[in-house]
Amino acid sequence: MNIRLEHITKEFKAISIPRSKGDTGESRQKNVVAVKDLSLEIAEGELVCLLGPSGCGKSTTLSMVAGLERPTSGEIYFGDTPMTGIEAEGRDIGMVFQNYALYPHMTVRENIMFPLKMRRASRDERNERVEAMASMLQLKELLRRKPGQLSGGQQQRVAIARALVKQPQILLLDEPFSNLDARLRIELREDIRALQKRLGITTIFVTHDQEEAMSISDRILLLNAGVLQQYATPQEMYRHPANRFTAGFLGNPPINFLPCWYENGRVKVLDVPDWTLPSDLIQPSSQNIRGEALLGIRPEDLVVQAPGCCPARVAAMQPLGKEVYLKLEAGPYTLTACLSWDHDYQVGDLLPLSVKRLHLFPLEEAEGGGAGEA
Amino acid sequence: MKPNCLIVWARNNGIKAWLYLLPALLVLGVFQIYPIIKSFLMGFYTQFDYLTDTVYEWGLGNFINLLHDADFALAIKNTCILVLCAAPLSILVSLLFAALLNTNIRFRRFFQSVYFLPFVTSMVAVSVVWAWMLNKDFGLVNAILKVFGISKVAWLTNPKMTMPILVVLAVWKGLGYRVIIFLAGLQGIDARYYAAARLDGAGSLRRFWYITIPMLKPTLVFLSITTVIDVFKTFDEVNVMYANDPGPLKSGLTIVFYIFTKFYRHWEFASAAAAAFVLFLIIFLVTLIQFALTRRRED
Repeated sequence: MNIRLEHITKEFKAISIPRSKGDTGESRQKNVVAVKDLSLEIAEGELVCLLGPSGCGKSTTLSMVAGLERPTSGEIYFGDTPMTGIEAEGRDIGMVFQNYALYPHMTVRENIMFPLKMRRASRDERNERVEAMASMLQLKELLRRKPGQLSGGQQQRVAIARALVKQPQILLLDEPFSNLDARLRIELREDIRALQKRLGITTIFVTHDQEEAMSISDRILLLNAGVLQQYATPQEMYRHPANRFTAGFLGNPPINFLPCWYENGRVKVLDVPDWTLPSDLIQPSSQNIRGEALLGIRPEDLVVQAPGCCPARVAAMQPLGKEVYLKLEAGPYTLTACLSWDHDYQVGDLLPLSVKRLHLFPLEEAEGGGAGEA
Repeated sequence: MKPNCLIVWARNNGIKAWLYLLPALLVLGVFQIYPIIKSFLMGFYTQFDYLTDTVYEWGLGNFINLLHDADFALAIKNTCILVLCAAPLSILVSLLFAALLNTNIRFRRFFQSVYFLPFVTSMVAVSVVWAWMLNKDFGLVNAILKVFGISKVAWLTNPKMTMPILVVLAVWKGLGYRVIIFLAGLQGIDARYYAAARLDGAGSLRRFWYITIPMLKPTLVFLSITTVIDVFKTFDEVNVMYANDPGPLKSGLTIVFYIFTKFYRHWEFASAAAAAFVLFLIIFLVTLIQFALTRRRED
């Protein structure tokens, strides 16, 4: 089933702000906008990540899709059915919560069976489906235990089983890996991805971890302060960031930003006279950038190559085994470069560098930036 | 031995803890534990001088007398009926009110205070007011009934009315206390479980049954035990409402009232002690049964 959000806005009411000095009025009431005019469509069987820094409105968006929160305005459609007035109980959604929210007083079997019991499924059907779920997620030995006796990863699997046992049309995952250690995360996210593809279930996944989002999603929806920044495939979003926020949010180590002057298809970094950047590699994020602008260079897009168009001096280095991060100085700026470790770099060296790709952003961005569809 | 060594020795032997506990233990011992033992023993006095505290003969006579006393049988019957009706009803009503107060209704604090009022008011004062409200000729209750065209009810003189009145009074009296305890329990239940249950397709009634009730179990066990004990000890309201009488045709004769009568009216101290001991045994047994029942469910 596809999901469509049309102009969804969510405001939380009346957070009273204490009177500040010089403010003559009564204490002001201010509505907090958690999500602002969000429109998107998720195709059937797709896995979409809601990504963004904490407090960006991604969990609120998920709650609205789940029916736990009501949008202040706008409409959510499942297929062609508008969801206003349909409570969470009736939405046919499976959801995995951040801390799993397994019912502590029920055994694993009872937990998984609970959604079926609520649907008044027959006893035989219940047992059959619980068994099927348990063998799929390797929970057979754990069925008699209580959630308190399980490890984090096991609880996670039980939560997934409970969400999927009623064979819902839509699966929602709210930061499902945040309580697990790094290795288990990677293992489980591959499992979830495989399971999701196999069942062909439309899935929304909330995370603040860009790597997680990049690795499992068909498309990523990047939010900041409740406003859609970009909705695209991971590759598209990484290679063609629609705005400065997207470019800065994705990528580790983060992209280097340099103030520059852009005119007639040529870019000149301010205060670094010896740089001559090739104009054919420039990707402007919008057509009407002129004059003062911001240049973005990803650390891995810098390569050592003589003669080089943008020489820089090594200020510090951080070897990581297969690669090395260099802190570089060029004029008044510090850049990070991520290079393969086939040279012996020395602090103080002047490296001949060239670039593979240049991103260009306007200095002042309109709110929301370019929310381009992929 | 140096004083320092003494302190260390005292600490290592837990003497320090005992010293801290001593004042409370003294008060409890003198005013609670000693009287309990004394009255227990007194139940076995058959020949004695109360004033000089000399006992000439011990025996089971008091307990045998109790078994033959129709009044005592009636007191036990009345008390048991009262407990069976009032305790479950109390729990149900207070749980209902707590659940309602736990939703974000208006004037929540106000209601909470109103329900708590009876708990902080003297039971004697409350009973006097109730006696007046239930007065056949001048009472508020009959006045209201009159508005609806219902004829006067002899609340306080009709023996059939005694039990219902005592039940209502018991439910109302402890309502605020139980509501507060229930509210604390309800607020301890994480909202995520309700969100999960909603997505699992549970409507509000089934959320209450499958999530609230099981998660509230510790509170429920505590309150049902204390409520049962409370109702077993019913006395003040009977004594005040029926003016030192156990109600019309002894319809409000409770065990504690029986003990009181034996002691202060008939001066049969040993019988009163024996009856008190029987009451203690009953409460003890009922509490054990409640514990056993709730324990077994756990497994």
